Amino acid sequence: MAKSKENIVLSTLWSAGCGSHGGCGCEIYVQDGKVTRVEGDKNHPFNQGRLCAKGLAISQYMYHPDRVLYPLKRVGERGEGKWQRITWDEAYDTIEKKLKDIRTKYGAESVIFCQGTGRDIGGPITFLMYAYGSPNWVQVGLAGHACYTPRLGAMFATQGQYSVADCSQFLEKRYDSPEWTPPKYIIMWAQNPAAGCHDGFYGHWIIDCMKRGSKLITIDPRATWFTTRSEVHLQNRPGTDGAIALGMLNVIINEGIYDKAFVEKWCYGFDELKERVQEYTPEKVEKISWVPADLIRKAARLYAKNKPSAIQWGEPVDAMPAGSVVAQAINHLWAITGNIDNPGGNVIARNSHGVTTYPFSSAELTKLYGADLVKKLNEKRIGANDYPMIKNFRGWVQPDVLINQLETGKPYPVKGAWIQTSNILGGQAADPRRHYNAMKKLDFIVYVDLFQNPTSMALADIFLPAATICEKESFRSWWQPLGVSVKAVNGVGEAKSDWDINLELAKRLATTPIKYNTVRELIDDRLKDGNTNFEKLKAKGCWEYPPEGHNTRPYYRYEKGLLRTDSKPGFETPSGKVELFSKRYEEWGLDPLPYYEEPKESPTASPDLAKKYPLILTTGRRSPVFFHSEHRMIPWLRELDPFPMCEINDKTAATLGIDNGDWVYIENTRGKVKMKAKVTPTSHPQVVTAPHGWWLPETDGKEPNLFSTWEYNINNLTSMGNQAKSGFGGTDYRSSLCRVHKIEGGKE
Amino acid sequence: MAHNGLLIQYDWCTGCHACEVACKQEHNFSEGMVGIKVDEVVSTAPDKVYVDYMPYTTRFCDLCTERTKSGEQPACVKHCQATCITYGTITELAKLMEKQPRSSIFAPK
Repeated sequence: MAKSKENIVLSTLWSAGCGSHGGCGCEIYVQDGKVTRVEGDKNHPFNQGRLCAKGLAISQYMYHPDRVLYPLKRVGERGEGKWQRITWDEAYDTIEKKLKDIRTKYGAESVIFCQGTGRDIGGPITFLMYAYGSPNWVQVGLAGHACYTPRLGAMFATQGQYSVADCSQFLEKRYDSPEWTPPKYIIMWAQNPAAGCHDGFYGHWIIDCMKRGSKLITIDPRATWFTTRSEVHLQNRPGTDGAIALGMLNVIINEGIYDKAFVEKWCYGFDELKERVQEYTPEKVEKISWVPADLIRKAARLYAKNKPSAIQWGEPVDAMPAGSVVAQAINHLWAITGNIDNPGGNVIARNSHGVTTYPFSSAELTKLYGADLVKKLNEKRIGANDYPMIKNFRGWVQPDVLINQLETGKPYPVKGAWIQTSNILGGQAADPRRHYNAMKKLDFIVYVDLFQNPTSMALADIFLPAATICEKESFRSWWQPLGVSVKAVNGVGEAKSDWDINLELAKRLATTPIKYNTVRELIDDRLKDGNTNFEKLKAKGCWEYPPEGHNTRPYYRYEKGLLRTDSKPGFETPSGKVELFSKRYEEWGLDPLPYYEEPKESPTASPDLAKKYPLILTTGRRSPVFFHSEHRMIPWLRELDPFPMCEINDKTAATLGIDNGDWVYIENTRGKVKMKAKVTPTSHPQVVTAPHGWWLPETDGKEPNLFSTWEYNINNLTSMGNQAKSGFGGTDYRSSLCRVHKIEGGKE
Repeated sequence: MAHNGLLIQYDWCTGCHACEVACKQEHNFSEGMVGIKVDEVVSTAPDKVYVDYMPYTTRFCDLCTERTKSGEQPACVKHCQATCITYGTITELAKLMEKQPRSSIFAPK
């Protein structure tokens, strides 16, 4: 039979396939009902035709032989790997009955709704959870909420809104926009942007800006492509970023090179901040951070004296011993230099057109589900009452409190889990063994994903097959632009989209009727805030920027009364200004000013332990071809990054008798993990850098092996219960102690 | 007939590997086969460690004959996230190269 002509479907990538935070416009090539390839869309302002390795491998992900294509029920013991194919009806009926039984017996709060960070998941999972009546939305095991939330919370407290480095992404003409100007300097703070689109920021925008003249200051314990091209590289001890921020504030304030007019008019608490930073002299910070005092001065001066300049930051900021405090100090850097909502500075980032797809904050949840429901549910949300910042800022469970509650059943027992897009045990969970033991005891667990992985294999009772981005309709307003994802082909096998699955179950489980018959109705209802709908956006090529003058469009909105709900000029904070002394932090029982906190485990804090474990372990190194724990089974990608590989300095390795390519154990008080050694001068002599999320899909998935997760997952060396006073940040993902030794006979 | 090739400004290559996967997708190459590759190059000076990436074509690069016939850019050129690859005639590329230091021209065919 002759093949039919290839069709091109335009869409927006933000879900399984590439998996990432993106927002890239793509062309999906379809022939005979099958996706033949995925390319970038040249007309989309986000990626301008480009696409990353993960996006380009989507067809291989979609049609992978291991993909789960039908609903499954477990027929053996948990972990035995015995599954039976069932119909969607049977799956829905079983889930409905079990979840209703739990709700009747123990209350809706005893079911937790667990997500990871991939896919467009925040919308669907909260929709289902609030319909069911549970307040417990969580990234299980994400110690200290250490992924973006501490930064978001700090910005919310300090300036009422979020900011991101301005690479013209808020304007449709991008680099050609007359009102935009490139940052003179970009501080790359603890991030490798070449590896992805962290927090919805397309990493290579940094390269685009460099080509237009932006210079770099990089803060990174490793030498990288970016540090090579930086005017200043602050090669710091992992975990000390807070001290560096305070040291830079000290220099900028004491040398009087801050933006005096902006501080005078728009900042609150400058004198208190000035007093606080006096103790953080560059010399003191050098002792803490290993970074020479003169380099700290140089970085501070270059940043402050060259306006506009921007700061682009990464997840390690969240995982500092006091993540929300470190983020606050960094926020103050762009505040006192007036680099806020200016072209080429740190522009205020709001969801395009005011549409919410992924509700980050309690305020957005309230807008979607009503104040009464959110308030009522907050009473039982795990950890909310322990941490005012969590209660008042973000509608999530505090994960360190959750693990205690899972174990003790206090103040109430957790009985069920809905897990969607989250490889808890093989991915984000610190101390995955502890989570495995605790979650294994739950009465009922539903798992929604595309592939079996350590978590689904160990825990799932029902496995529901989710669709990739090419098989679903969705919408996206994570910053700009507003976009829709178009269904190019039907679900492979019987896969359904997260929205479809959750709408169906919400209808069955809701205590008050759901007003939507179809996902399209729901999407159009949410898009109403943007005065548009799915079809209109699709007809425009799947994206749209807000009109001129809209409050989700830059610049200088604080002068125009576009940031506050009362339309007055200023910022949406108690004082109406950027709060260098935070009234919100004070109200939440926190120090209103930033300070430095030493990692719990470090040569300074625990010198005795450091004798036995002399190297600093920093985990979570990103790979450009994987999204967290995903993609290890995709041949095109795995070929490019075939082994879990830790980086160790060449001189250090020589003293340990380790050669490049040797298999080694990284070991600390919590256990040991196997990796290959990449012996390289790019690594600091005292630091070992390891990637996260490694499991081997090609090995036995059944217990006890669980795809080798206990051998290769670096989080076997991290722990829960180190959260900061705010509940945000403060764990050992990025800074703990370890030693490394060669596995004898281990060279391949 | 003019000879075509690729001008790669290697100094801008960030090692993201998009070109390699774009190539594999375009040609549906099996494991071990690819038309363009990227290697990490680490150099150590007394006071600084440098990290660079070096993209180069292989014997399997056909300059995306199918795509370029219909006026499309080669898959690696289109998807390079650092936009550091240019497709054109060797003569044009050589002229461009005069203005673009740290680059190399590949003439795979």
